[in-house]
Amino acid sequence: MKQSLFNKKNLAWLVIAIVVFFVIQFLIDARVINPYYRVTLFWICIFAILGVSLNIIIGVTGQFSLGHAGFMSIGAYSAAVVLKMMPDYTGLAIGMAVGLIISFVVSFIVAMPTLRLKGDYLAIATLGVGEIIRIVILNMTITNGASGISNIPFLVNWPLMFVFTVLAIALSANFKNSAIGRACISIKEDEIASEAMGINTTKYKVTAFVFGALLASIAGALYATSYYVIKPETFGITNSINILVIVVFGGMGSLTGSVFAAIVLGIINIVLQPLAELRMIIYALALIGIMIFRPQGLLGTYEASISSLFDFKAHLKRFSKAGKEKA
Amino acid sequence: MQVFLQQLVNGLSIGSIYALIALGYTMVYGIIKLINFAHGDMYMIGAYIGLVSVTVFKLPFFLALISTMVFTALIGVVIERIAYKPLRKSTRVAALITAIGVSFFLQNIVSRIMGAKIYTFPSVLNNELYVVGGIRINSQQLVIFVTSIALMFLLQLIVQKTKIGRAMRSVAVDQDAARLMGVNVDHVITLTFAIGSSLAAAAGILVGIYYNTVNPLMGFAPGLKAFVAAVFGGIGIIPGAMIGGFSIGLIETFVSGYGSTLYKDAVVYIILILILIVKPSGLLGKNKKEKV
Repeated sequence: MKQSLFNKKNLAWLVIAIVVFFVIQFLIDARVINPYYRVTLFWICIFAILGVSLNIIIGVTGQFSLGHAGFMSIGAYSAAVVLKMMPDYTGLAIGMAVGLIISFVVSFIVAMPTLRLKGDYLAIATLGVGEIIRIVILNMTITNGASGISNIPFLVNWPLMFVFTVLAIALSANFKNSAIGRACISIKEDEIASEAMGINTTKYKVTAFVFGALLASIAGALYATSYYVIKPETFGITNSINILVIVVFGGMGSLTGSVFAAIVLGIINIVLQPLAELRMIIYALALIGIMIFRPQGLLGTYEASISSLFDFKAHLKRFSKAGKEKA
Repeated sequence: MQVFLQQLVNGLSIGSIYALIALGYTMVYGIIKLINFAHGDMYMIGAYIGLVSVTVFKLPFFLALISTMVFTALIGVVIERIAYKPLRKSTRVAALITAIGVSFFLQNIVSRIMGAKIYTFPSVLNNELYVVGGIRINSQQLVIFVTSIALMFLLQLIVQKTKIGRAMRSVAVDQDAARLMGVNVDHVITLTFAIGSSLAAAAGILVGIYYNTVNPLMGFAPGLKAFVAAVFGGIGIIPGAMIGGFSIGLIETFVSGYGSTLYKDAVVYIILILILIVKPSGLLGKNKKEKV
């Protein structure tokens, strides 16, 4: 059965997206979201993209990657280098394209051999890849070494950020629900069984990994243009762990969970800001507490309920239609 | 040749530190299959307790080492009981995130109590320089090397020759079967954490003496290196961790000695990835056959 692009579900999503967009745009215009909060808003968007993209690799395909920040840094540095030469939107577009190409090549080369590894061994190998990328950037002249690139033109605004975030989430959701996504899920559940069913496991694992890396590179480009300064140390293992925390916190395999976790962590950050040092202690305790009491993450694998939300909506529509007809 | 031998000496002393930390990683992994990310921070805690016992209580080196190891082992046990024990039955990634949480917690609680400043470690050992055939060895390097070798020997003795060591080995092979044979698995796991933490603490105090400084974030990078070392030698295998630790230390010093300091970490990781691809279970690991 072929679905048209503008079926009810997609239109409903579109409406939700537009409503969210205008509500937040209104809050920005009304100065409820001041520039200080806007930093957090952009943080949430960027880490939602990163969380969703890593979730495709870890939660959907079951391949434990700890080097996601490496691909983010490729995107960030490509965008920053190009933006320094061409400080306008064309520059941003070219920078993103360059980042995508480099990320594609690097992730493909990395994925081919390392995805043979399983579980913790894969985790440590990808961790190594992330660190190697960081060290290479640290030693290149075009990236300005340890001091990083500063005064990157600030080009990002709420509409741009929102469009990229929504696109990334929509692409990921499509990926998960497509034939490729189902193959990936079967690899996560049982690699040997899916191979026996005729699934080319290497191909799908590499596809998922490259897909995640490309999205991470986009997120990196957005990061570069919204924070003025990028340094190699920003993209170390700590950042990969932050992204992993978002994925696990929200629920592995649940894209909704990743977005939700990015929002929750962003808000926690803002609320705890005045506490300074205590902030990290509370954050750490919250992390331990949630893992002890809710090890499957905040939403578990709650994705299914999104479609039930649609069903609910459909019911509601039918209900209201029936109501109107009656009236 | 002289440069080579000099690098060898330096590499072995830093390698023995990595090996001590890697042992804790590998023991915990061998028993409950948890990558204990907080292990690097136990090493940091060890360094701080060592600092307090040397400056506040004025203990001599040997007593300070023992008391630090005992205290850190106790802290390790408390952490295991509170944070990891409730997660025995849950997924491994949940336990991993908990370990990361514990790591953040330890770093920040220490910087809250002690302040984020960098402390100088008093020189408790007189630092004499021996020159043997043109190679300079200072007494601190000797102490580090001898202490680590002694501790590794002791550990090997405990694991191979005692009853509790046999229990540990049996739990590592099959937890359920060990439980059926009457092994108290929880005690074994707790003891593993205690031993691992005390080894990390020993590494911490030795590094404090060697580099003279202590700070709350000092555990992160060596922790990561030690973990790489554990994987390098075959995670879960005790002699593997020692070999891995020394190899990483040697590779690092040779790369910075002959090549560039900037690329030493990159070379370590590239070798790690190559080893994992060629022999995924590490240098000493046994290849497991895939079963359906």
